[in-house]
Amino acid sequence: MISPVNIKNQKIILITGTSKGIGKYLAEYYCGKGHVVTGCSRNDSEIKNDNYTHFLLDVTDEKKVKELFLHIRKNYDRLDVLINNAGIASMNHVMLTPSETVNKIFETNFTGTFLFCREAAKLMSKNKSGRIINFSSVAADLAIEGEAIYAASKSAVETFTKILSKELSAFGITANTIGLTPVKTDLIKNVPVVKINNLLEKLTVKRFAEFTDISNVTDFFIREESNFITGQNINLGGV
Amino acid sequence: MITSEKINETIFNALDEINQLLPDENKIEKKEDTVLYGAYSRLDSLGLVNLIVTVEQRVQDELGRSIDLTDEKALSRKNSPFLTVKTLSDYIASLLNNE
Repeated sequence: MISPVNIKNQKIILITGTSKGIGKYLAEYYCGKGHVVTGCSRNDSEIKNDNYTHFLLDVTDEKKVKELFLHIRKNYDRLDVLINNAGIASMNHVMLTPSETVNKIFETNFTGTFLFCREAAKLMSKNKSGRIINFSSVAADLAIEGEAIYAASKSAVETFTKILSKELSAFGITANTIGLTPVKTDLIKNVPVVKINNLLEKLTVKRFAEFTDISNVTDFFIREESNFITGQNINLGGV
Repeated sequence: MITSEKINETIFNALDEINQLLPDENKIEKKEDTVLYGAYSRLDSLGLVNLIVTVEQRVQDELGRSIDLTDEKALSRKNSPFLTVKTLSDYIASLLNNE
């Protein structure tokens, strides 16, 4: 166990979906700042940092999720920040979408987010402080054809987060969402270029997001001074 | 077999923790018939949420078992297991000893 004295000035951060892409970037970014990061994903992690601990799990596996939180409670006795990044996408016409795909997307994007928020809130409430950052997508507000299920799952995350922020306010916990735009990650590797360009055209700032655009907003939500910012969604790129 | 005395002790330890946050006039008595839920409880809804979470964590720490006090079984019961310390203790015993 890391001595609580040593970690007093570090933040205890939990990030889901850290094996690649945005999650991996954020885990390395916050480790680099000296914070203690716990990550998880269905695959092994390549992150090599003394401040990083990885858990192999599916975010919808309630038993495993609880074990992860028990580890955090036993080792650090607190959690300062939760970033719910894990998510899956699928593009298809509604008439061609199998219900199995719908269930899978909602389980990972919504139920997984819910489970982590619930367990994080239990830990954070003891400390009367905490920051929950859930990832949504500009697809939710842009309502683009072909993204009905993915966008609906992200709309669910946004509405859930708004209500969560109200329920957790008395415990000193804020909850916000970031509406992500396409980043060059695995999540969009199978999406046709024309579809991505179509989405970028609908943004105010018509470009791919960089990882630093995302950490800029997570930094903002995490700042001590942001304890008055809750229940909000910040769409990258402008919608 | 985990005895009801041990479970009561765990609940009382959780109440000690909760009482630290409450003003003197709202402190919860550590008795089996203390009402935890409803009009006659000194706990407001957030206080009850806090207590349930604290009891779950204390059961994990002190009895070494992971329980979920708010599963469908608890919420669908005709009589709430959160009514008094005794009903809560009995419910925890049923979860721990019937697994």
